[in-house]
Amino acid sequence: MGQIQLNKVSKRFGDVEVIPPLDLEIADGEFVVFVGPSGCGKSTLLRLIAGLEDVTSGHIAIDGVDATALPPAKRRLAMVFQSYALYPHMSVRNNIAFPLRMAGLDKVEQTRKVEAAAGILNLTDYLDRRPGQLSGGQRQRVAIGRAIVREPAAFLFDEPLSNLDAALRVNMRIEISDLHRNLETTMVYVTHDQVEAMTMAEKIVVLQAGVIEQVGSPMDLYDAPCNKFVAGFIGSPKMNFVDGEKTAGFDAHTIGIRPEHLAISTTEGLWQGTVGAAEHLGSDTFLYVDLASDREILTVRVGGEFSARHGDTVYLTPDPAKIHRFDSAGSRIG
Amino acid sequence: MARNVTPARKAAATAAAWIIGLAIFFPILWTILTGFKTEPEAIASPPSFVLFDWTLENYFTVQERSNYFRHFMNSVIISVGSTVLGLIIAIPAAWSMAFVPSKRTKDVLMWMLSTKMLPPVGVLVPIYLIFRDTGLLDTRTGLVIVLTLINLPIIIWMLYTYFREIPGEILEAARMDGAPLRKEIMYVLTPMAVPGIASTLLLNIILAWNEAFWTLNLTAAKAAPLTAFIASYSSPEGLFYAKLSAASTMAVAPILIMGWFCQKQLVRGLTFGAVK
Repeated sequence: MGQIQLNKVSKRFGDVEVIPPLDLEIADGEFVVFVGPSGCGKSTLLRLIAGLEDVTSGHIAIDGVDATALPPAKRRLAMVFQSYALYPHMSVRNNIAFPLRMAGLDKVEQTRKVEAAAGILNLTDYLDRRPGQLSGGQRQRVAIGRAIVREPAAFLFDEPLSNLDAALRVNMRIEISDLHRNLETTMVYVTHDQVEAMTMAEKIVVLQAGVIEQVGSPMDLYDAPCNKFVAGFIGSPKMNFVDGEKTAGFDAHTIGIRPEHLAISTTEGLWQGTVGAAEHLGSDTFLYVDLASDREILTVRVGGEFSARHGDTVYLTPDPAKIHRFDSAGSRIG
Repeated sequence: MARNVTPARKAAATAAAWIIGLAIFFPILWTILTGFKTEPEAIASPPSFVLFDWTLENYFTVQERSNYFRHFMNSVIISVGSTVLGLIIAIPAAWSMAFVPSKRTKDVLMWMLSTKMLPPVGVLVPIYLIFRDTGLLDTRTGLVIVLTLINLPIIIWMLYTYFREIPGEILEAARMDGAPLRKEIMYVLTPMAVPGIASTLLLNIILAWNEAFWTLNLTAAKAAPLTAFIASYSSPEGLFYAKLSAASTMAVAPILIMGWFCQKQLVRGLTFGAVK
């Protein structure tokens, strides 16, 4: 079991309200990702759930039991930190066994659980090494191993992949997703990387300045962002926003078009522009098109085979069915 | 641009370093040499540097006249005892200031340090009277207490600096893993701070070993450490330089030898965290 419920939870540091009162429900077994720009309060929210910070007001319930005043260890949650936070003076074996040792488990049982976790995480050959002798990816796996052995109600991940290089990050993303599928335990994952959020989450919670902007499945947020902030934050490259005269026929203050929803032609189209930079990724090419009329730059995703050179004139036409409309306050229309 | 080091400049710098090093070491060397001279040679003018009649007589006389071993044991007990007691008090204090700082933490640290700015003689009379009334005069317990108090600010400051270098996330991880405060300090913080704690320990033993003001003023015979042993040779009968030197050599030898063997640890601890 690992159902987490936040009820009017708020957090202040002195005079600064980092998180105004918010409600959130995390279902048992769910993979929830908190995403938002730096300083949006996502890590603080995770630390409130973990019990590493005290809430200023409100209640946190884990599996229906009020955990607001419980110390971290009593909440049956395990946390994986950005810096891995391994105990440098202990072997991998002792690192993973540490929570079991604190729980007073007998040696035989400790060994059994540590070896089982090491098996899952491919750490069996490294059990007698110190964290300093491991690579970043291995260290992160040790940190996960230390979390697994506790058989927690939920796992909390605080930007666990930020210190890894790009290739390793993709691998670890898949490993963590696999782990979630196998363990079927609730996971709450904090990241500023919307790609991680999109690829791993079952439910994404988008935060800005401590406020939950939108909660939903990755595709819900992608297809129907509730405001300009979510629309701009989810999706890479970012959604294009157009306002002013061009929105005339759309009955909106601002319209948003994703780069893949702009048709490009060299002969005709709604908006004329010139090709600025082009990023060739092989499978796709991203063109940055400078609209002649008003210095706006739109990103367009085209197939890898499309060839266009700097300075070429092109015409762009948005797919009317895929246009997102926003009012002057930035909220979604329709 | 890399600094331009010519062989000539390097040689000059080396020579200067040797000259300064020898100048600093010279008084100690002279003391050791004088310990092996006879009394007339010790005060001879001009003094002879190496070409004198080497003798161990002073060492025998000193050992006969005063019990070196008893003073030595007093020094060991007082310096080790005050250091261990100091660490037991300082580790939790430094922990709380490093990891749960309050608005006043900096002030508390400065206040503790400010006690070191007071000349010890300023509190000699009150402490002497307290010791007299509580029967702590000329006891090892009394000296352990007073030296602990004297050096506590330095121990706390050093440990505080080392603890600050330890990432807070590791302690939070321990908390998540179910370690209560006591076990967090015992199994996670202390082992990680071992280099820092070790150099604090060594430095403090050296400070306590060499401490003369309190050890001389609060002891007579029973609890007198090696500092009193040396002082007894600058005595009313007039100065006996050779014997005084022999006594001094015997008193500083143990701590010099310990310092020599631990210098690596000492330097490592003192530069802890300076380079990652």
